[in-house]
Amino acid sequence: MKVSANFSALKKTTWYEYAVRFLLGGSVTVVAGLLAKYYGPVFGGLFLAFPAIFPASATLVDKHEKEKKQRAGIPQTTRGRQVAGVDAAGAALGSLGLATFACIIWKLLPVWNVAGVFIAAVAAWLCVSCALWWVLKKHWRHSPK
Amino acid sequence: MKDLILRFVIGGIVVSAFAALGDVLKPKSFAGLFGAAPSIALATLGLTIAANGKMYAATEARSMIAGALVFFLYAYLCSWLMVRRKLKATPVTISALAIWLVCSISIWFLVLR
Repeated sequence: MKVSANFSALKKTTWYEYAVRFLLGGSVTVVAGLLAKYYGPVFGGLFLAFPAIFPASATLVDKHEKEKKQRAGIPQTTRGRQVAGVDAAGAALGSLGLATFACIIWKLLPVWNVAGVFIAAVAAWLCVSCALWWVLKKHWRHSPK
Repeated sequence: MKDLILRFVIGGIVVSAFAALGDVLKPKSFAGLFGAAPSIALATLGLTIAANGKMYAATEARSMIAGALVFFLYAYLCSWLMVRRKLKATPVTISALAIWLVCSISIWFLVLR
């Protein structure tokens, strides 16, 4: 199972779907800031890990897979849900990387320079997420690609 | 107001960029990793440090660990409901947000507060 990039997939997403993602992303960022302002950083910090656009992304994955099958002449299929489910399993692994990111920011930000901490935290998120995916990919038998 | 608009624009751009990255990558299990990218944190922590300082942002990051662990439960539950129970993506992912909220706020109330 090799990792690859298919840039033509970007054309499948309509301007409306991009707009929804932008609005959701921007809104959640504003809400996280406001919650921190009014209820303090301990409460507001929770929302830095809010699954902001996950529902929109999973819905798009489901929809695009369904359309693909319909174009192939298969009107009724649960393939879209399965692919969205596999996408969610990947997000579950990514969330452990996200926890690592937060841990590095929490521990190193008070003692290191800001840019260095951000680079280390993003690198840790990527490394932990990819390593977990690499370890577990052999267990994802029968999963849609 | 200017700060909120800036947060909105930066948040929208960063979240959309990570989502687009998830769109182009294959297999979907790998692309899913980007569904839990630190997009909101990257969009907001820089502004927070500039406005409130490093310690304030570090405190937010401490709570973010709890939010991320609840995200794990949320995403795992969504995956299970869609793959095993074959439920539709939209109702599952939206209704499960309530579980994220309840669990996160409970952790805040019982542990972090």
